[in-house]
Amino acid sequence: MLLNQFLLLAAVLFSVGVYGVIVRRNGVLVLMSIELILNAVNINLIAFSTFWGMGGQVFALFVIAVAAAEVGVGLAIVLLIYRNKRSIDIDALDELKG
Amino acid sequence: MTGLFAAAPSAVSFDTPANIAFAVIAVVMVIAAVRVVTTRNVVHAALWLMIVLGGNGLLYLLLQAEFVAMTQFLVYLGAIVVLFLFGIMLTRAPLGRSDDLDNDQRWMGVAVSLILLVVIGYSLIKTYSDDKLTFGAVRNAGTNAQTQDLATSIFVDYLVPFEVVSVLLLAALIGAIVLARRD
Repeated sequence: MLLNQFLLLAAVLFSVGVYGVIVRRNGVLVLMSIELILNAVNINLIAFSTFWGMGGQVFALFVIAVAAAEVGVGLAIVLLIYRNKRSIDIDALDELKG
Repeated sequence: MTGLFAAAPSAVSFDTPANIAFAVIAVVMVIAAVRVVTTRNVVHAALWLMIVLGGNGLLYLLLQAEFVAMTQFLVYLGAIVVLFLFGIMLTRAPLGRSDDLDNDQRWMGVAVSLILLVVIGYSLIKTYSDDKLTFGAVRNAGTNAQTQDLATSIFVDYLVPFEVVSVLLLAALIGAIVLARRD
């Protein structure tokens, strides 16, 4: 197997995740797109770990742990937004626009 | 794009079944990822996301990172997807089809992600065009040498970051409780 096939697949998934972050309005769906991005990065780390030793796998585990923490706090924030505004439309949060 | 991958030059015997498996997983993952960001149903998006995460775990198995693959299945498929479904439920998102999930920046999003893909892909093809993967654990098959190496690496070389990550998880747990609690 070539290294590049994993890296290119990860690039495709990363771009799809970026599209989701830009386009989606629902806060939960934006968090899902962020998960797509983090998983694309994890594919890169694991693919490189077959090249340069175990560091990649260790950092993939760290990314998984930090992603779990991020989803927990992110969903709590989305829940607070829902409680305060009765909707989780991210585009409606424009009070700082002046 | 996967047809391009399958035509790897000078494939050795291990490569062909692994390449076929990779092609199948890659096609399914890309389709599911596109459905995550385009579907009009919030619950369906979570279920498509599950397919992407499972495909990720299978790719880790293909790359002989067994422990990370099992962690992926347990943490992502077991915990994070359930967390997303709870989030969907608690925010009373429309469970059926709804047409206001996207904003009006669709073409801007397509342009940005295509430019990103072209730049990343071009630089990857320029840089790693003929690097082959070298698998260490195949030499001592039937052992769990890879996982032992991983454990040694975590608890010797990366002990301090590991402890920091556990403190971070604790902080995130307390923070989520404080944020979501009703006073």
